[in-house]
Amino acid sequence: MAHQISLTVNGKQQQLEVEARDLLVDVLREKCRLTGTHVGCDTSSCGACVVEVDGLSVKSCTLTAVQADGGSVLTVEGLAGSDGLHPIQEGFKEEHGLQCGFCTPGMIMTAKDLLARNPNPTEHEIREALEGNFCRCTGYHNIVRSIQYAAAKMRGETPVSAS
Amino acid sequence: MSKYIGKSIKRVEDKRFLTGKGNYTDDMVLPQQTYAYIVRSPYAHAKVNGIDISEAQKASGVVAVFTGKDIPESIAGVPAGWQVNFKNGDIMKEPPHPLLIRDKARHIGDAVAVVIAESKAEAKDAAELVEVDWEELDAVTDPRAAAQEGAPLVHEDCPHNMCFDWELGNPKEEVDAAIAAAHHVTSLEFVNQRMIPNAMEPRSAIGHYETARDYYTLYTSSQNPHLIRLLMCAFVLGLPEHKVRVVAPDVGGGFGSKIFHYTEEALVIWASKQIERPVKWTAERSESFMTDAHGRDHVSEAKMGFDKAGNITALRVNTYANLGAYISTFAPAVPTYLHGTLLQGLYTTPKINVDVTATFTHTNAVDAYRGAGRPEATYLLERLLDLAALEMDRDPAELRKQNFIPAFDGVTEPGYQTQVALQYDSGDYHAVLDRGLEMVGYQDFRKEQAEAAKNGKYLGIGFSTYIEACGIAPSAVVGALGARAGLYESAQVRVQPTGKVSVYSGSHSHGQGHETTFAQVVADKLGIALEDVEIVHGDSESVAFGMGTYGSRSLAVGGSAIVKSIDKVLEKGAKIAAHKLEAQVDDLEYAEGKWTVKGTDRSIAFGDVSLTAYVPHDYPEGLEPGLDFSSFYDPANFTYPFGCHIAVVEIDPETGKVALKRFVAVDDVGNVINPMIVDGQIHGGLAQGIGQALFEGAIYDDYGQLINGSYMDYCMPRADDFPSFEIDRTTTPCPHNPLGVKGAGEAGCIGSTPAVVNAVIDALWKNGHQVKDIRMPLIPERVWNAMQS
Amino acid sequence: MIPSSFEYQRAASVQEALSLLGEDAQLLAGGHSLIPAMKLRLNQPGTLVDISRIEALKQISESEQHLVIGAAATHGQIAASALVQQHCGFLAAGAGEIGDIQVRNKGTIGGSLAHADPAADWPGLLIAAGAEIEMVGSGGSRKLKAEDFFQGFFETALAEGEIITAVHVPKMHADQRASYEKFAQPASRYAIVGVAVVLTFYDGSIREARVGVNGLADCAYLDTAVIAALENQKANADTATAAAQKAGEGKNPMSDHYASEKYRANLARVVTKRALNACL
Repeated sequence: MAHQISLTVNGKQQQLEVEARDLLVDVLREKCRLTGTHVGCDTSSCGACVVEVDGLSVKSCTLTAVQADGGSVLTVEGLAGSDGLHPIQEGFKEEHGLQCGFCTPGMIMTAKDLLARNPNPTEHEIREALEGNFCRCTGYHNIVRSIQYAAAKMRGETPVSAS
Repeated sequence: MSKYIGKSIKRVEDKRFLTGKGNYTDDMVLPQQTYAYIVRSPYAHAKVNGIDISEAQKASGVVAVFTGKDIPESIAGVPAGWQVNFKNGDIMKEPPHPLLIRDKARHIGDAVAVVIAESKAEAKDAAELVEVDWEELDAVTDPRAAAQEGAPLVHEDCPHNMCFDWELGNPKEEVDAAIAAAHHVTSLEFVNQRMIPNAMEPRSAIGHYETARDYYTLYTSSQNPHLIRLLMCAFVLGLPEHKVRVVAPDVGGGFGSKIFHYTEEALVIWASKQIERPVKWTAERSESFMTDAHGRDHVSEAKMGFDKAGNITALRVNTYANLGAYISTFAPAVPTYLHGTLLQGLYTTPKINVDVTATFTHTNAVDAYRGAGRPEATYLLERLLDLAALEMDRDPAELRKQNFIPAFDGVTEPGYQTQVALQYDSGDYHAVLDRGLEMVGYQDFRKEQAEAAKNGKYLGIGFSTYIEACGIAPSAVVGALGARAGLYESAQVRVQPTGKVSVYSGSHSHGQGHETTFAQVVADKLGIALEDVEIVHGDSESVAFGMGTYGSRSLAVGGSAIVKSIDKVLEKGAKIAAHKLEAQVDDLEYAEGKWTVKGTDRSIAFGDVSLTAYVPHDYPEGLEPGLDFSSFYDPANFTYPFGCHIAVVEIDPETGKVALKRFVAVDDVGNVINPMIVDGQIHGGLAQGIGQALFEGAIYDDYGQLINGSYMDYCMPRADDFPSFEIDRTTTPCPHNPLGVKGAGEAGCIGSTPAVVNAVIDALWKNGHQVKDIRMPLIPERVWNAMQS
Repeated sequence: MIPSSFEYQRAASVQEALSLLGEDAQLLAGGHSLIPAMKLRLNQPGTLVDISRIEALKQISESEQHLVIGAAATHGQIAASALVQQHCGFLAAGAGEIGDIQVRNKGTIGGSLAHADPAADWPGLLIAAGAEIEMVGSGGSRKLKAEDFFQGFFETALAEGEIITAVHVPKMHADQRASYEKFAQPASRYAIVGVAVVLTFYDGSIREARVGVNGLADCAYLDTAVIAALENQKANADTATAAAQKAGEGKNPMSDHYASEKYRANLARVVTKRALNACL
């Protein structure tokens, strides 16, 4: 049975027709054509699909679109304003926090949730916060630096780059 | 005068990935696209007594259902790209790997049918309606057990499941005699467990046949688009190569697993022609676990002999290599030319013999995985060295130094000829170990460790001083060794009329940052701005030819091809400049983007020369217009990066859980173009190598079921599993390529694994448990069991 | 990964949810146990009744003696709740260790309890806390002690058509201390063994002990052997060590490729000792 749902995606309200079983990630990728959100696993483990729904990060592969009906979704495409990169995106670029780029949108959205709760996390807290996000390329070393860079910038400090 | 080379330039490719605008294969939707779902065998070994597709065909949205019988007999399957002969000269056994099986499944996940539908969901729903009448048969999964009399056969025409046997080095009798005469022999049986590559982007392929122009396009998540085209056209489907385009867009990691030509790629192309619509297939993660070519899976017996002074006198290795059920593209090369040839390591061992038996088993195919053969060789050697040091009560660092090959630069003195066929290019092995010892604070650590042991605290340190071989070449040599492809690289440098430069490279980045590193080389060599260079890769229609990215080859081989084309551009540009400046070519010098008549202020800019080349009104007589050159670079030798990795661990004595406290890595990858990117490559390699030591490993049970085929059971290393890495470099340039670079993609993964295991063994010995080995991964229970002894 | 087709209905109240819970229907709250199983097609319900928007189920409130945690409260909400932190700090801390940030943002306490994964954290935590689980069915509401709720491998006392509505947790007192220790399976990060302890002290001794264990056996349980070895003993490390030796007694430890029966039994003793020591 088709459901009519209303989603605000990256600030734009949309009416969408979905099946009950359609996962939010598939609706974002296929119906909204926002392909920055990725599918990396079957078991809600890898975090490539993390987006923000109503202010909290969620794994969009573990949520049906109809569950999010009426909600507000922020994907990596909606993160930056017109003036370039969000500080977290900037941190990933400055600290080489990405290689193949596949896990990156999910990493960024998790980092956003972390920094909203804890603007000045320790290295240990950052590593723990990434429990649900896998990266196979970077060994996480520079992802940690990237988030530290972003945290400093978002606190209004001048980030000190490691490289 | 370098403005870019040697600098940590931020990556030009990042913006699209950071803003969600990357273009991975599954992101693409073609008009009229259909979706394929593959029905796979739930058994490791089973006869197909029948397949009923009638219900699936009737299901909602289904366009077509194909089984093996629908595919013509002429399409036998995907081929091997490397041939190894038996010791007796017979060619290896090469059973076909069909696109869809006809009679028998040979591993979990073997493809039996494909359902094509209007949507992903409908394809999956209908696939559940395909009824296969399976008759389960006995399976064998261990490479050594497979070679024994009476083991279930994977292919009826491969007795003892043997694909080939192979030997390299000094005569066996000489090596055995040297070991028999040794003062001390360290011997061990090693299991280098099977790894699952787990690129974060699952494999994906779209086949698109255009009837009107009889033209095929394959979009595929591949490290190697040109080779896929060649293999698919010439050896699988019999298609004319000029009628086939293969595009690998952004690729979300590979680590080897996306080098190979997979059955699904040929299947979507074939199916697209049948239904005259595009067909997309994207692996679910469980399919990736079952069917992405796995890595490692060796069982080896090794003996290393020492004289009274601690000099290594001989090494004998006997390896059983698991190839899985079918031969993947480069699989035969991995346990042989990438493993046996590396057993010299950094040591002067005078006698070495390696014997390899490669067998088929009822498991997924095994092929190159980050390091490919070299990690297996390094694991043997470096474990033997640390264990020998414990057994002989020697310091492991000192024992290594005593046996190191002395430093050589490969220019003023020749390379080092090993006992196992290779000639090392250049190296200073003491330098990396000394730097590593300094960074870790070795003497202080030993004191801290001794104190800790008194309090029942298990601290350990482990070493690995490794060498590896990258940029495998030259083509004539690898051809003689069985490669069915050349191993050169191509590059076209097209200077546009306005002086902007497009570079077409046959290498293909899947995260390595070629768009930045290559552009740094081009911009510096031409003295132009980085922004004026665009790197194009991954499309057989725009790039002449290519051998792809693997084996840490892209900069050493692909980068050298670019330099070769730049040299041609500058040579022709000089002729145009000389004409315009009314000077002789020999009187010109090129710097900072312009040709200048030596000793004068008369000069002409690169952009003016390029414009002249395309608007040749006032132009040298007899010179062709244009400024556009292609080159193929075939290296003279491999390159040989090396390094020293040191792990410090603490074991929880009550649970056996290993905490990696520190990891120090000093790598020498030759000259470095972008230090930031090289550091990133090392970090990632370390994580994968440490992952093998502590966390990862495929487990097939006796029935051939993959019992940890998901992230709930297969442990992917996470951020909180690692400390920050402590890394540094020494620089010994490669003497035989124009950039002096060696390769950095695999080094971290090759060196790190034995360092971690050695550290755990060290911690146990220092606390009274004289344990020689613990099988990887060193999960807590295995370490705890070792402590109960 | 796509689940099989199903119907979706959203309930505005518990009463409406009860009326919608027909045959072949299952409840959907956070969906973080259910949807993964549906994607793997291990679970194929005909209808999902979404109770995640029923306000009453999302509240965390207090009575004089108890905390009342609504069944649709998320792990993250509980971890961050000032009420829970004040009156049952170890539950808030334990909730903060469940899964990852995203799981905690969506997964609910009621969903976890109904799913009854033997390796989940809530069962052991709530058993130790002396919690009662409140359920509503067509016959009205009832409460069960947490240790009586878990009955076997993914099996609970929840009857067909019943809905968990709340968890009632006694507030901790000044003479009590609690802790939760878990030894995680490296891949899934679920507990191989998790032990929650609440100790009540009197004059340097342990007057009352509650020990909840998950991961070890086919379902979470109250470890009466350890409790017997603790109560009325001196509150010191020797008591903890001796009592921990009783951990897992009489239980059949589960076994998998990360932990054999023997190793799990060892972990039960080690983790119990550590949880006890954390309270001393």
